[in-house]
Amino acid sequence: MAIYTKEEARKILEKALSFSKADACEINIGGSESGNIRYARNTVSTAGHQSNQTLAVTSSFGKKSGVATIDEFDDASLEKVVKRSEELAQFAPENPEFMAPLGPQTYDESNSFIDATANITPEFRAKVAAASIEPASAKDVTAAGFLNDTAGFSSMLNSNGLFAYNKSTNVDFTVTMRTNDGTGSGWVTRDFNDISKFDSDRAAKIAIDKAVMSREAKAIEPGKYTVILEPAAAEELLSNMARSFNARTADEGRSFMSKDGGTKLGTKIVDERVNIWSDPLNKEVPTSTWNGEGQALKKTSWIENGVVKNLAYDRYWAQQKGVDPVPFPSNFIMQGGSASLEELIKGTKKGILVTRLWYIRSVDPQTLLYTGLTRDGTFYIENGQLKYPVKNFRFNESPIIMLNNLEELGQQVRINGNLVPYMKVRDFTFTSLSDAV
Amino acid sequence: MERRKFVQLTGLGAGALFLPMQFMGSNIPVEALLEPGMDIAIKKQLADIALNTARSLGATYADARIGRYLNQYVFTREDKVQNVVNTESFGIGVRVIANGTWGFASTNDVTEAGIKKATDQAVAIAKANSIIQKDPVKLAPVEAYGEVSWKTPIKKDFKEVPVSEKVELLLSANAAAMNNGANFVNSALFMVNEQKYFASTDGSYIDQDIHRIWPTFGVTAIDREAGKFKSRDAMSAPMGMGYEYMDGLESEKLEGPAGLKLYRNSYDMVEDATIAAKQAKEMLTAKSVEPGKYDLVLEPNHLGLTIHESVGHPLELDRVLGYEANYAGTSFATLDKWKSGDFKYGSDVVNLIADKTQVGSLGAVGYDDEGVKTKQWDLVRNGILTNYQAIRDQVNMIGQNESHGCCYAQSWNDVQFQRMPNVSLEPGQDKYSVQEMIKDVKKGIYIAGRGSYSIDQQRYNFQFGGTVFYEIKDGEIVGMLDDVAYQSNTQEFWNSCVKICDKDDYRMFGSFFDGKGQPSQVSAVSHGSSTARFNDVNVINTGRTV
Repeated sequence: MAIYTKEEARKILEKALSFSKADACEINIGGSESGNIRYARNTVSTAGHQSNQTLAVTSSFGKKSGVATIDEFDDASLEKVVKRSEELAQFAPENPEFMAPLGPQTYDESNSFIDATANITPEFRAKVAAASIEPASAKDVTAAGFLNDTAGFSSMLNSNGLFAYNKSTNVDFTVTMRTNDGTGSGWVTRDFNDISKFDSDRAAKIAIDKAVMSREAKAIEPGKYTVILEPAAAEELLSNMARSFNARTADEGRSFMSKDGGTKLGTKIVDERVNIWSDPLNKEVPTSTWNGEGQALKKTSWIENGVVKNLAYDRYWAQQKGVDPVPFPSNFIMQGGSASLEELIKGTKKGILVTRLWYIRSVDPQTLLYTGLTRDGTFYIENGQLKYPVKNFRFNESPIIMLNNLEELGQQVRINGNLVPYMKVRDFTFTSLSDAV
Repeated sequence: MERRKFVQLTGLGAGALFLPMQFMGSNIPVEALLEPGMDIAIKKQLADIALNTARSLGATYADARIGRYLNQYVFTREDKVQNVVNTESFGIGVRVIANGTWGFASTNDVTEAGIKKATDQAVAIAKANSIIQKDPVKLAPVEAYGEVSWKTPIKKDFKEVPVSEKVELLLSANAAAMNNGANFVNSALFMVNEQKYFASTDGSYIDQDIHRIWPTFGVTAIDREAGKFKSRDAMSAPMGMGYEYMDGLESEKLEGPAGLKLYRNSYDMVEDATIAAKQAKEMLTAKSVEPGKYDLVLEPNHLGLTIHESVGHPLELDRVLGYEANYAGTSFATLDKWKSGDFKYGSDVVNLIADKTQVGSLGAVGYDDEGVKTKQWDLVRNGILTNYQAIRDQVNMIGQNESHGCCYAQSWNDVQFQRMPNVSLEPGQDKYSVQEMIKDVKKGIYIAGRGSYSIDQQRYNFQFGGTVFYEIKDGEIVGMLDDVAYQSNTQEFWNSCVKICDKDDYRMFGSFFDGKGQPSQVSAVSHGSSTARFNDVNVINTGRTV
């Protein structure tokens, strides 16, 4: 399937809309091509190619809506899918929360598509795998990894005159290196819009070094420790916290963000050095500049100097509350500092370096308490130096407590489409030990 | 699971339910669910195009899966219908071995040209990757079954039940919750029909029609003055059944401790929602647990998840061998432990069986997704580790020459790989009820329903919560507890199992969206057990002030 240009997408959408007889009609079209390679035991295991395209029509009569989708875009198919959505709408129950489609919007030009990523071949993927497997074999280490690349587009048009188009590329890479005696494990993750930023040799080296360094870990007592969280370790806890920035559940009294019959908007919840915002135009983590409803995505502050600056309001809830809608963000960026990881370690008297956290699950939504474990490289720090590897811990901790116990922020790194700094945190709660390597 | 690939469809309870995006198909009208789909003779012709093309391009093995996946989901909250979704996904996936290496490609263009192109891509991928292949694929032999078929034995096809009836049932359950003190309730009904056709160069043409259903809800009670909220989720289980699961038959209900109603092969959603609302309110003032060692009495709809995480996953052979090292992890249950023949996975009363045939279970199929007839086998017998879960390309690595028949792909669009069969704990042989078990406990906690769960990448250390917790003192339930989670080590935990109730208490728990693999795929799996007792387990208090 081709990645349709703006003009090609508009032509199909306009054709489809011309068949509409509903009070309101909104049409989304999108498609993607993705390829992947998976390797383990220092050899390739599975690999594949997936191709998808779809066009979805939402037709509405009053407050009744119907959605129909199709993957063929000839005139007859377009007419059929519009008619189908209209039939579905006639029989649908009335939605009291129905919102009419938006009118024309102004969007920033996004920079989320890179040709080099869209042109990745099976041979390139095999080379990336080889760049892990060959150095691993030489060091008595076993590599298991995964590379997935996607190129896609999305576009929408509605009966109120809104048109939007975006195309984007993305590549995700992870590799786990395990020493052949089974006592050491290292890991690295990388993700980009632009594949040319990816250095597969360097990524493999970091994971191999961590695996070798983490051999024969010592058991130390669980308890409260100063930790240096690598960005991959902090990112998932922050993502979980971000999900609580929903105005409606806060107003309903069933969220960490609920307070005194209202919300924590304007309340200081974490250390004043914490600043978190979203920005679809950030050069390191670019995304589409509009969402599936056609709302424009702009730079938005969520936590400023430790204070809740915004909660996300969907269009219905914003109308109920008499405020402007605030769309959910497509990325998040946490302000960092200038310190490198080495500098953060140097400035630590006693502490633990955490490469990543694993199997994070909510324990108590009231306090945003999460549990999970450290994995693939956990080290004891003493007097500014990595002293020895330690056995993995289970933690029970809230990102709110974590961000209140902030000691220092380091440089930012892109993780899972977000920008997250290294961070040093005191009194991080480890509740038990794990034998897992 | 990789959350970025998931979409939040609705809030259930306080936690959110995330559905994998790839699990959704194209939206279709409800009547289209009843359309018969492609004729089987045409499927055979098309599958043969893939097999013949693969052979002509030099593949030594090929299989083709033509799949039509029909889903219907209904979402409601309080007195509103949020969404009714009917989806269909249709296409073909072609898997080949060329130069001893796997290749896979899929397409929704199910025509001669589309299939040839996908097959060509699959072979090209296999050949490109064979340059770095070190262990050529070795497949265990499988019987050529010829043209065969299998169907989930359902009584009511969900596709024939009007949407209005389903909506009415969910709204009745919501009303029951609201009338009994709930502040919010979200409910949902998931129904799935997989129509899959499999053909391989080994000489099988297998047509299967598989049904699954999952009714669920989250009921929330709020104390605004205290600034507290608590949620109680449904005590239903996803099942490999038709809509008859929703009948709420009295004969399938069990009286649980503390006024709980527990459900076997038939679910009464309105009754459960009524009890849930009362329990959610009770949770707001429940006593916070004193941390320490307790004897745990674990109800099947809770224990199922513990079995899933601490037995099901660690005994997947692909994990043991390192194929999942980069994502889900490896396993503590290494080959040397299994080979020793005396590795005590659990106490003598612990018997854990793998099964792909159990009626009503989520994992039940006639043949797996690489054309192997399904069966039942032992994983742990009298506490000793006896076997793993393995498929055609791995079973040779443990010296066996017959696949266990547990290969699965979530759709035609994804490559099939080893997935967990149903893994269940055999009930105790002696007559023994839950009431008798509680009577025998001096200091303990009774836990029912699934809750928060987390386990490490080799499946040693875990922490589990639950839906409801009751304190047991001197053989009596004395009240509800809050802030409970237990932490243990898999081997220690299963060796602390001292007693299991008899078969009259046996029920299945289910996981509808179990994630594994890269790219991540979901599968559905059941875990049966009777209530079981585990002595001296470490319980922590999860209450915090922020």
